[in-house]
Amino acid sequence: MSRKPRDQRVKAKGLRVFVGFVYAFLFAPIVVLVLFSFNNSKRNAVWKGFTLKWYDALFHDTAVLQALQNSFKVAVVATIVSSIFGTLAAYALVRYRFRGSGIYNGAIYIPLVIPEIVFGVALLTFLRAVSINLSMTTVVIAHIAFTVSYIVVVVRARMVGFDRHLEEAAMDLGANELQTFLHVTLPFMLPGILAGALLAFVLSFDDFVITFFNAGVGATTLPLKVYSMVKFGVTPEINAISVFMLATTSIILLVYYKLQGAPPGATIKGAGEE
Amino acid sequence: MPSSAAPSGQGAGGSSGGIPPAPAPEGVGLFSRVAARLRGRSALTASLLAGPTLVWLLLFLILPLCVILVYSLGSRGAYGDVVLGFSFDNYLKAFSPLWFPVILRSFAYAAIATLLTLLMGYPLAYFIALFGGRRKNLYLILLMLPFWTSYLIRTYSWIVILRTQGVLNTVLTSLHVVPEPLNLLNTPFSVILGLTYGFLPFMTLPLYASLERLDKSLIEASYDLGANRLWTLLKVTIPLSLPGIVAGTLLVFIPAVGDFVTPDLLGGPSTMMIGNVIQSQFLSARDWAYGSALSFSLMAILLVAIFFYVRRVGTEDLV
Repeated sequence: MSRKPRDQRVKAKGLRVFVGFVYAFLFAPIVVLVLFSFNNSKRNAVWKGFTLKWYDALFHDTAVLQALQNSFKVAVVATIVSSIFGTLAAYALVRYRFRGSGIYNGAIYIPLVIPEIVFGVALLTFLRAVSINLSMTTVVIAHIAFTVSYIVVVVRARMVGFDRHLEEAAMDLGANELQTFLHVTLPFMLPGILAGALLAFVLSFDDFVITFFNAGVGATTLPLKVYSMVKFGVTPEINAISVFMLATTSIILLVYYKLQGAPPGATIKGAGEE
Repeated sequence: MPSSAAPSGQGAGGSSGGIPPAPAPEGVGLFSRVAARLRGRSALTASLLAGPTLVWLLLFLILPLCVILVYSLGSRGAYGDVVLGFSFDNYLKAFSPLWFPVILRSFAYAAIATLLTLLMGYPLAYFIALFGGRRKNLYLILLMLPFWTSYLIRTYSWIVILRTQGVLNTVLTSLHVVPEPLNLLNTPFSVILGLTYGFLPFMTLPLYASLERLDKSLIEASYDLGANRLWTLLKVTIPLSLPGIVAGTLLVFIPAVGDFVTPDLLGGPSTMMIGNVIQSQFLSARDWAYGSALSFSLMAILLVAIFFYVRRVGTEDLV
């Protein structure tokens, strides 16, 4: 360490200050949201005392509660379905080499890199072309479509580290295929599946653009509701909803972190997105 | 208790893929019987497993993309429906004097935002990778946490800060830095700020991944050979982290060009970007053919960029 030139050590200090500013920049808006969700003022800019009344309003706002319920329902269904589909696909991609697996692999990445608006608009056009009306179901369909890839990626990353010899050993010791799968393979996969499911849930819960184009009347999810509220005008109740959503997803992400040992994306080496 | 040394039911599984399953006793349960049937038929098993996802993506992703491609070649009917045809008029329309500025603007805003994220993200990634130490994961999670939460909400939060009665203006006017509130929203400034903010982690993460894998001893060697920090940075560190820079640039620029939430919430009519135009074509203007053409163009640019990136860097770095 002392072999570094003196200005190298000074740089570290300047670097730290800069990094501090960047983190401040990242978190300032969130801090503002949190602060002003407790602010006893409708006008939002000057601190006038602590209050919980905006949260109270939030939990008595039937439209918001309905949207929350819709978001939750969609997220749960989408997560379950895409977890199943995605895990099976990940298993197939890791264990088997089949013709077209390269293309399949590429196809899995398309939802991850495509601009959301293109995805949303394309799906809307397709549904209209085959005369399927927009509804909660179409929202769920859309959500499954864009979350399944994340599950495949996460589960596959997990499975790559699995030692096949453990399965062989189990079978040599007398277990049959089912027992081996249930007691050896699946337990190993489970943290990956769970992590992928949590990620899918968060993405579904927070999704705006794709849902915006594919939700029918009565299928308003929480992000859509927030959007329409924002268009009407800024109120502290929106801050309260925002903080609620941020808190929910943050908690889920922290559980993800506990499972995987790193935040989403950090386990993906190189240039992989998210 | 059967402990088999003799292989059973290997089949021809070795040739078309998969690792041949270990020798195992013939179980009598359903699972085992199904597994025995499938053993050696890896292609069939793989198709069954990967099938549902494939079907889903084909139906609800690939097919829709084909539909908008087809529509993009059509035109707007009298009632807002799409009349199928084969003309590139919609694509040409995108370059007309009316619409071309929007495209230019989208590229410009996205480019500036990308540059800003690079300028902010590189030092940040450098710090975490080289100075992070035991707290690397903490720094990473602090970086990623806002990113994984709702983009809509994080963009909305800037409205709270930037509006005329917002936090920033209140602070500035009460400190008498400015005589009256600044008009910060609905400007290129607010849109670019929103884009930069939203995509900063997209840039930082690939940079971090690239810097993390850097051989630190190369930097040490550079110092040992007498180079100062600037020279080392320019001639050693940055060139070695180029894959990360390229990846980050793509990951920010492409989505930023097509972003719709930020210009919608933080911008106004004078800052319209491609995303807003697409949205309006599908909702109010009801020209789905034109909207499809724009969408498809956006997709095409993206795919071309990815193609060149993969060509350059290879696919090993993608998961």
